Amino acid sequence: MATTVAPRSGKREDGANGSRNGGDRRGGNGGSGGLPQRPQTHRLGMLLALAGIAMLFIALTSAYVVRQGLGGDWTPMAMPRILLWNTAILLASSFTVEKARRALLARTEGEALRWLLLTLALGVAFLGGQLAAWRTLSARGLFLDTSPHSSFFYVLSGVHGVHVAGGLLALAFPIWSVWSAAPGVASFAGSAGLPAQVRRARWVEAAALYWHFMDGLWIYLLVLLFARS
Amino acid sequence: MAAHATVIEAPKGFVRKYIFSTDHKVIGIQYLFLAMFSVLVGMTLSVFMRLRLAWPAEKWPALQQLFPEGFAGGPMTPEFYLSMMTMHGTIMVFFVLTTAPLSAFGNYFLPIQIGARDMAFPVLNMLSFWVTLAALLVMMAALFATGGAPIAGWTAYAPLSAIGEVAGPGLGLGQTLWVISIAIFCVASLLTSLNFLATTINLRARGMSLMRMPLTVWAWFTTAILALLAFPVLLAGGILLLLDRVGGTSFFIPGGLVVSDQLIPHQGGSPLLWQHLFWFFGHPEVYIAILPGMGITSHILSTFARKPVFAYKAMVGAIFAIGFISYVVWGHHMFMSGMSPFSSMAFSITTLAVGVPSAIKTFNWLATLWGGKIRFTTPMLFALGFVSLFVTGGITGLLLAQPAIDIFLHDTYFVVAHFHLIMGVAAIFGIFAGIYYWFPKMFGRMMREGPGKVHFWLTLVGVYAIFMPMHFLGIAGAPRRYAELTEFQYLKPLESLQLFITVAAFLTIAGQFIFLFNFFVSLFRGKRAGVNPWESTSLEWIIPSPPPHDNFGETEPVVHHGPYEYSPPGEPKDYIMQTEPARQTA
Amino acid sequence: MAFSLGVFFWLMAIITVAIFLGRVWWMPELASVHGAAIDQQLILTLAIAGIAFFLAQLGLGYLIWRYRGRGEGRADYWHENPKMEVGWTVATAVVFLGLAIQGNRIWTQYVLAAPPADALTVEVTGQQFAWNVRYAGPDGRFGRTDPRLIRDADANFLGLDPKDPAGNDDIMTQNIMAVPVNRPVRVLLKTKDVTHSFFVPQFRVKQDAVPGLAITTHFTATKTGEYEIACAELCGMQHYKMRGRLLVMTDAEYQAWLKQRASL
Repeated sequence: MATTVAPRSGKREDGANGSRNGGDRRGGNGGSGGLPQRPQTHRLGMLLALAGIAMLFIALTSAYVVRQGLGGDWTPMAMPRILLWNTAILLASSFTVEKARRALLARTEGEALRWLLLTLALGVAFLGGQLAAWRTLSARGLFLDTSPHSSFFYVLSGVHGVHVAGGLLALAFPIWSVWSAAPGVASFAGSAGLPAQVRRARWVEAAALYWHFMDGLWIYLLVLLFARS
Repeated sequence: MAAHATVIEAPKGFVRKYIFSTDHKVIGIQYLFLAMFSVLVGMTLSVFMRLRLAWPAEKWPALQQLFPEGFAGGPMTPEFYLSMMTMHGTIMVFFVLTTAPLSAFGNYFLPIQIGARDMAFPVLNMLSFWVTLAALLVMMAALFATGGAPIAGWTAYAPLSAIGEVAGPGLGLGQTLWVISIAIFCVASLLTSLNFLATTINLRARGMSLMRMPLTVWAWFTTAILALLAFPVLLAGGILLLLDRVGGTSFFIPGGLVVSDQLIPHQGGSPLLWQHLFWFFGHPEVYIAILPGMGITSHILSTFARKPVFAYKAMVGAIFAIGFISYVVWGHHMFMSGMSPFSSMAFSITTLAVGVPSAIKTFNWLATLWGGKIRFTTPMLFALGFVSLFVTGGITGLLLAQPAIDIFLHDTYFVVAHFHLIMGVAAIFGIFAGIYYWFPKMFGRMMREGPGKVHFWLTLVGVYAIFMPMHFLGIAGAPRRYAELTEFQYLKPLESLQLFITVAAFLTIAGQFIFLFNFFVSLFRGKRAGVNPWESTSLEWIIPSPPPHDNFGETEPVVHHGPYEYSPPGEPKDYIMQTEPARQTA
Repeated sequence: MAFSLGVFFWLMAIITVAIFLGRVWWMPELASVHGAAIDQQLILTLAIAGIAFFLAQLGLGYLIWRYRGRGEGRADYWHENPKMEVGWTVATAVVFLGLAIQGNRIWTQYVLAAPPADALTVEVTGQQFAWNVRYAGPDGRFGRTDPRLIRDADANFLGLDPKDPAGNDDIMTQNIMAVPVNRPVRVLLKTKDVTHSFFVPQFRVKQDAVPGLAITTHFTATKTGEYEIACAELCGMQHYKMRGRLLVMTDAEYQAWLKQRASL
């Protein structure tokens, strides 16, 4: 049967082998025109994951609003002050992860690693601060089952915290991969053919997107939980 | 510039090749076997249900040996019946109807049908499977939990599902494991669906424009959107339900509940909140189960009628319309729940609206057959069965969409008949059609046609004999989820129907062993399949059966046509592969 | 194969429609006022669905037989027919929308119509696995209840507070409910524990009893006799046994029944 096939080569511009624009893509300038544009696989995947996570928190928000509307037993609690510090730490980590991302795009991996380490430290500090906030509340006698408001605080901050912990693992991975000089796994289509540096840059790009989202999500949760009190 | 004409090395060693494989094809087959295991479990549970319904007072000494608690005193206890029912529904909906059509076939064939070498995120893909398996193992643990398997139904309405063992057997550990399993399953489905979406958007081969994708791909793509946005909502509900059970919270449990003279120490929660969260997921879930079957049916009808799919664009539009409307119909499960009657009116209109694209699909399938030259292969028979069942199961939606009629029909067997026909049996017919159609590609051998046809006939006649009478039970007002109908005067005349259904069910189930036998014998003894045994046009049929590790290898396909170029006039063959050079029809 | 499959779809459709038309199994005989409109709408929709079902299965069977692959030559080659597509889309949409409008009309007529002021109010409280029925008695007021006072062992199923005088004349029964014929009845529906659903098939009444809520539903019985209250929402292991008797009496009988119950 007459069947046409094209050689698989690096010249291909669309994403089928993940090599669009090779490894020299600068942040944010999109593809090099001509063929129909497709988003980069690692970013697309992350955006889709974030859509799912957003839906999870939208569902929890709707539960929150409904439960609050039932009235009766809704006794609002005061915000533990430490949450403001935690928020500042998380915002700072967003800044450092952005630095790391840009350093990787600029091919200065050493600098990027320092920023990544700093981000990790800040992330751990944030989680520690969240735990401290939980302890403050329990010292005040406010537990998971005390009132609907405290229930929702623990649930929302807990689910958010689990996601942040996952982000920490994701950020630790490139550091580990540099230190151990491991080739790393082929994590997305076509990545097997990319140099380790480019792969790490893309990994961090996706992780940074996730991290910024967690940052924004936390601020949203803070407003949702405490704006009225 | 990095030039990457990379060769993907096939992994060596049994474990990397078949167990922890990142190859979408291996993962697809893993999902298929997971679903086949689950369907056997689910089917066995239904045997128990049917036993109880047909002979409520009968003693079963042999079974009593096996399940001393479930058959305490001789006959099956009602709580054992409810456990079987709960686990049957849960396992079938999650581990069969979500897993087989979407995760199994989608994993195997979505990348190939769009000309990709693998999924966008192969490692994540492997992870999704193992997370799904973990969910299944926890669900199996729930089935054998101390205190019994949960009895709250697959919908797990709070507070029955939330207040623990005091409300009934199986509602302790069993129900907790159930919630955990569902939460794990949600995570797995999220990972799968984002992978499907990224793959479809990014990895299409040259020339595979959106409007040249097979309808199967469109169906998986839409289903993945539904899964991505629906499962997180169930996950949210699951987290809250779990905390109500083990954390002392009151999200779904109102105050002042007294069970067996025990005051439940919760207050302020809302049972309806669980129903909203559950059905916001639950209705899209129905379409997650059925859309892939619709895609497979369109694909197979066209192939074996040797005729282009009628109105491809309308088919794509209808899939999308069904997908999106399915997000705004969830309230039709709650017409009698005490929800505002005005919401009921709105949900009634949206629900009837979702019937319009469904009707379009039916018309288009019939129009695809019109003027065709049908080849009655086993996959085609199952696809034709799908159309018939889809009509039968779907049309009763006209009644159930109306709150006024639901005052009588809600929670009766009429509903059981409706959803089994459409999301259960029709979807299963889609799965069977897919297995018979793709078996040669997946395993390199043909399935035997003779046993396939016997299997088809037994299943088709059987499912109609099982589920058609349930409409009669429903119209007579028999409530669902009753362990027996003997307690009510007005239900007594219906016992003969239950007996008839049980006999039909047992015969149908027996027929499934013909399929299993055929499947495994063909796996080893089947006739060798060529590259394209069905003379199909989509991309999986240009590569060897079974395909090599990297599918298309060093070369990638270039697509010139839509997928349904059958019987074009003036061509030497009666079909044109998608990769054959351009003609004016494009 | 083509012939037998076509015949199967025809036969299946004919038998199904025949059983429905013959009303071999059918709704329990109607015994309430509002149920007439519901039955009418149900039958209308069933007829439309039945016709669509019948035609689709007949069409499918015919096409399978007519276009079985025989003889020389190829299948037709066409992709679409916009006129036909628009035609059947519009036609379906009109029918479905019509049904939605008509169905909603009947729904609002029933649900939103408040029972008249002189309607009899009966409180029905579900529990695992029984229906508790309460009448307000001569004073027309229900006595206060408190979940902490509930003790099934002492037959205080509802937790009636003995200190509230309004409760002294309340008449309480379990699994038996009596109403006078031709008089509007308002049912105040509650539950002690999990979700139940109050279902009287002959009256075309069904309403979930949701924990934490008090929901009203209503009906007017048109025929005296004994009916059954079923639970239509899964409530635990004896869900299938949660049966109440509903007695519809003449007004005189009803008054006598109340008096007899009050003296118990």
